[in-house]
Amino acid sequence: MNIVVNDEPKVVAARTLATLIGELGLADARIATAVDGAFVPASGRENLALTDGMKIEIVAPRQGG
Amino acid sequence: MLFYGTPLTSPLMLGTAQYPSPEILASAVREAQAGVITVSLRRESAGQKAGQAFWSLIRELNVPVLPNTAGCHTVKEAVTTAHMAREVFETDWIKLEVIGDSDTLQPDVFGLVEAARILSEDGFKVFPYTTEDLVVAERLLAAGCEVLMPWGAPIGSGRGLNNVFGLRALRAHFPDVPLVVDAGIGVPSHAAQAMELGYDAVLINTAVAKAGDPALMARAFRLAVEAGKAAFEADPMEARDMAAPSTPLLGRPMLA
Repeated sequence: MNIVVNDEPKVVAARTLATLIGELGLADARIATAVDGAFVPASGRENLALTDGMKIEIVAPRQGG
Repeated sequence: MLFYGTPLTSPLMLGTAQYPSPEILASAVREAQAGVITVSLRRESAGQKAGQAFWSLIRELNVPVLPNTAGCHTVKEAVTTAHMAREVFETDWIKLEVIGDSDTLQPDVFGLVEAARILSEDGFKVFPYTTEDLVVAERLLAAGCEVLMPWGAPIGSGRGLNNVFGLRALRAHFPDVPLVVDAGIGVPSHAAQAMELGYDAVLINTAVAKAGDPALMARAFRLAVEAGKAAFEADPMEARDMAAPSTPLLGRPMLA
């Protein structure tokens, strides 16, 4: 599967967003996700099937003003 | 004044960006005795996990967090960011920024009102970063906002209160709405001035983070905010154009 994670092209084995998060070692991390510009809550990651070309954003807490 | 039903322990809101180190950030937050700290969301890389260390730090600081939508230029980006922030930070408070111009970072007030309406309907408690425009303020309140955050000057400029007349008019027009000067404050006297105008809080970031000694500057801002708040409550005298002797004229000896 060819997808884009945080603007980086990646080839992944994962079929769902939840397994992708696990593959990236972020299963226990405090993160939020969006797919193709739309928010996907943590509860929706299991059922979100990845498709070729999907653009995934994974964000975490950071310093802000 | 209550912010969506919640009292702040201090009218000083402190941003967490641009400090020389996490330790200095922590000491600045403590010296400021900040009532709120602002935070953000950025991409997390699988290797670095920078966000997880920052999350631990803000948990330790134990100060209410106000996540922002900094850097968003469209309604869609801002709304999606707000949803992600609500999940990550476990708060429905959102400092809503919809930026309209890259040079001045001034808000796109049209997009701001639209995003504020969408988010308010979705249960968010929106803190809109806006201008001092009264009509925009009315629209934001109609969209569901119960707090307004007008700028003092462009973000990071340190130029203080650019339009004191406008900020005073906003205060007079909305006596019951919590008002926060957000952006542009450079030195503690600017923060004191905002509080003297009767503002309920100020939000400071660059002025503390970029000071030579951020922790000491945080303390200076705490004292300034306290002084300005007390001054407003004490009902300051009116300025006048002519001198008026403070020492009584009666009883003055004739020595000429």
